[in-house]
Amino acid sequence: MFARGLKRKCADSEDSPPAPPACSLQRQSLLDMSLVKLQLCHMLAEPNLCRSVLIANTVRQLQEEMSQDSAWQVPAPASAGRGPLERLVSTEILCRTPWEQQGGHSAADSGGSPAPDLLSEPPGAPSAQAPRGAPGCAWEAASPRESRGGFQRSLDQIFETLDSKAPRAAEGLFADVDGPYYDLDAVLTGMVGAKSVPGDGFETLAPTGAPPPGVSYKRDLGELDHVVEILVET
Amino acid sequence: MPSHRVPSEADVISTVEFNHTGELLATGDKGGRVVIFQREPESKNAPHSQGEYDVYSTFQSHEPEFDYLKSLEIEEKINKIKWLPQQNAAHSLLSTNDKTIKLWKITERDKRPEGYNLKDEEGKLKDLSTVTSLQVPVLKPMDLMVEVSPRRVFANGHTYHINSISVNSDCETYMSADDLRINLWHLAITDRSFNIVDIKPANMEDLTEVITASEFHPHHCNLFVYSSSKGSLRLCDMRAAALCDKHSKLFEEPEDPSNRSFFSEIISSVSDVKFSHSGRYMLTRDYLTVKVWDLNMEARPIETYQVHDYLRSKLCSLYENDCIFDKFECAWNGSDSVIMTGAYNNFFRMFDRNTKRDVTLEASRESSKPRAVLKPRRVCVGGKRRRDDISVDSLDFTRKILHTAWHPAENIIAVAAANNLYIFQDKVNSETH
Repeated sequence: MFARGLKRKCADSEDSPPAPPACSLQRQSLLDMSLVKLQLCHMLAEPNLCRSVLIANTVRQLQEEMSQDSAWQVPAPASAGRGPLERLVSTEILCRTPWEQQGGHSAADSGGSPAPDLLSEPPGAPSAQAPRGAPGCAWEAASPRESRGGFQRSLDQIFETLDSKAPRAAEGLFADVDGPYYDLDAVLTGMVGAKSVPGDGFETLAPTGAPPPGVSYKRDLGELDHVVEILVET
Repeated sequence: MPSHRVPSEADVISTVEFNHTGELLATGDKGGRVVIFQREPESKNAPHSQGEYDVYSTFQSHEPEFDYLKSLEIEEKINKIKWLPQQNAAHSLLSTNDKTIKLWKITERDKRPEGYNLKDEEGKLKDLSTVTSLQVPVLKPMDLMVEVSPRRVFANGHTYHINSISVNSDCETYMSADDLRINLWHLAITDRSFNIVDIKPANMEDLTEVITASEFHPHHCNLFVYSSSKGSLRLCDMRAAALCDKHSKLFEEPEDPSNRSFFSEIISSVSDVKFSHSGRYMLTRDYLTVKVWDLNMEARPIETYQVHDYLRSKLCSLYENDCIFDKFECAWNGSDSVIMTGAYNNFFRMFDRNTKRDVTLEASRESSKPRAVLKPRRVCVGGKRRRDDISVDSLDFTRKILHTAWHPAENIIAVAAANNLYIFQDKVNSETH
């Protein structure tokens, strides 16, 4: 483990991007692995809730430690190391996605979820957003209640009555589903585009480093169908 | 199952359970089938088949379903089977998949009525003009036929996946637990259940803990325990309130700060909880240990046994390949003096609580010739390696014993390894434990 002093010294030099110490590399790889697991979660028939919760808690713990370690960094947007904060942001975005299928509704909707905030503000700001966008905190999506209002309430109701022979209750929801199709798809493939064109700034949010093997970010019809199915569920 | 059929994923055994006398042993598999074995009575005429288990009945309990609302398949895999105490000639058991519990009645038919007046032997109506006299139908013996019929279907009680069912000692009610809720059912009533535990947070974003297992106390019909993914046990009293969200007792071991890692929480998640036959203790299984808890002491377990501590340094790899999420079961022997649990490489472990000795055995075709004595196995972690030792790195993590059961009275154990069921009997020491 590297002493704190060493890290501080590394980051102080603004000439070259700081090399993260070994422990935080380990942490980062564990974080990446966890996020992949969470994403794969929602592609299965029905995700194992216990496993998802355990992984999410692990991710939260990792992120807490990582943000603690970078807490000494003054959150000045321009000069703050883009490396670690960028990763924090990207992991938050990626994190939000798997909860869709846990009985929730789509994340990136018109209701002003954190996603557009992250896009428009400089990288330093997302750390302030961290509590809201923290992983596992969106078992259902992070869309605020105001925008959906009765949607959230009736979703929960639906959830309760889902199996109790009242399928008609769900019909009223389907009308709401049209909008977020593309947004959800964008989020699922690692791009953020709630309102804006998917091209906006998502370069900064794409995960640095090669995506782990087996995770495909290709958008193909099959995936789109799957996404549609998820939305229909909500 | 016909012998020529190639074993498939559907044949993987997912639960094993002896009935209350140990005469019957039920297994459920991923394909939704239940196979019941019956112990042959020991007879002097056939000393070789002393008390061995043969197939008694096979039936399809659950079929795959499709939840159209969520566009998700509901697996037919049998998660748990629990026998009801026998109250008449018939046997009954509860079997459950992720969503639906079913009550099955198993009856034997060994007599058949013959000599009907209006029907002939094949059941066709007789020409009345040929009937010249009346006879009383008589019951004649026939080959034993085992009939299984579904008596109740307890559906639509669970939004999340059912992980446990437990029959109450009152023999009238039972509970079913999913990740977030526990319901109480009456065995005769299928259209309603009472929710007795609900840990679903108002805001699902706040979800950090789920229910992993649950069981009724063997003697006190008002008490039950449930375990969580954070390693805690909650003993609840149904007399205290309708909704037992406030536990009567909370059993939790403080974390060992020297062993803390990113995986501490995951490995503390309790995968199984079992009351002792006496009702005085509870047995829990987490990823690396089995623990015995005294109901009178909430602060920490009274005994902790290491199942495979050599995996502690490999947690990251086990996290990567998902093995860290494997849910092992545990079991007491009839006298609560020995506990058993499964591990990897088709090993299973037994711990004698009195002598503090433990043994590792393997369930495999090679080492399990009929009536052969099982040879204790050993995993070596470096240092001196004996001839038959297995090194940690050559353990096969795809072969795991998740489901085990112990006969309620005798030293007979059932161990499931993928699609194979092994039944081991301890003839020599059957009286001593």
